[in-house]
Amino acid sequence: MALKTEHELHGRRRSRNVGLAVVLALFVALVFGLTVVKVQQGDMMEAFDHQPRTSLLPVEEPAPAPATGEASQ
Amino acid sequence: MTDIHAYDNAPEAEFGDYVALLKPRVMSLVVFTAFVGLIIAPVDVHPFIAFCSVLFIALGGGASGALNMWYDADIDAVMRRTQGRPIPAGRVTGGEALAIGLVLSGIAVMMLGLAANWFAAAFLAFTIFFYAVIYTMWLKRWTPQNIVIGGAAGSFPPMIGWACATGGISIESLLMFALIFFWTPPHFWALALFMKEDYHKAGVPMLTVTHGRAATRRHIFAYTLVLAPFSIWLGLTSVGGPIYLGVSIVLNLLFILGGWRILRRGEDAATADQYAVEKRVFKFSLSYLFLHFLALLVQHWIGGW
Repeated sequence: MALKTEHELHGRRRSRNVGLAVVLALFVALVFGLTVVKVQQGDMMEAFDHQPRTSLLPVEEPAPAPATGEASQ
Repeated sequence: MTDIHAYDNAPEAEFGDYVALLKPRVMSLVVFTAFVGLIIAPVDVHPFIAFCSVLFIALGGGASGALNMWYDADIDAVMRRTQGRPIPAGRVTGGEALAIGLVLSGIAVMMLGLAANWFAAAFLAFTIFFYAVIYTMWLKRWTPQNIVIGGAAGSFPPMIGWACATGGISIESLLMFALIFFWTPPHFWALALFMKEDYHKAGVPMLTVTHGRAATRRHIFAYTLVLAPFSIWLGLTSVGGPIYLGVSIVLNLLFILGGWRILRRGEDAATADQYAVEKRVFKFSLSYLFLHFLALLVQHWIGGW
């Protein structure tokens, strides 16, 4: 049997439930939006994941040609 | 019979009560000053990241408001102005407020770190700690200088906004801090002059209660004098310009004049016209801060020095 008489309490409960649902939905949208923006900006998308990743290592500059002249003196 | 009435005084909150825990009116000041700090910084931020950063700074501010309401529920129950807050009114329990404050603090700090940078996030965490622990738990009930040092918590948001963009601190962000920091005491003491009974009843050591009203009037005037140079100095930095400087000079002259009028009045004159001057200066102090940051924003959009 459905609850026919609504106590004022039920209204307060509903406002809490709906409010929390809206906040959570907005939070999901926010995190998704942040992800899109961060990817577009080319931010670092990988991190340590329990095994070494060569793609995370700093790019090594090619060693400069041995200096001739002043540097060795 | 009891089964019918068992729910009548059930402390079940509605959503708005939880929003009220976050002190939405204080939050509006945090949002505005953090937004200005972020926008006028010399580093461009993607609009969506800027939006998220300001949102999470505001959420952190709200969370510290909830912690404040949890700790101060006993004071709030005594003062007329705060009796209607969710905890003293019995709609939210203290434990709920504490949990909300702690969880939202964590979310705000983590999300600000992910959205902007970890320096700004650490800064936000420090601000929450400063407001909830140093101000609320320690200074507020202990020293009549509570307003002065506690005001620092409200002065951090533009610095956090600036840190979101630049990842650091600079003279401009420090001066924005100083602007709010030295503005807070005259603002709140003007309020305390015409709200004396409340603080007195709650036993909060406001300057009006501990050192008397004449001393408070002297303090208000002194702080308007100290405030002016910092406000004008900000106009001479990279974020300043002719518009900001003009606005700043006019507003500071008016504020000092207001402080002078408060200083020159005795209690008899004040009670005679029901604190008209004090109320006017209090209202003006709100515009003072708002117009300063608005001027910074306008100056940024049309270009500074």
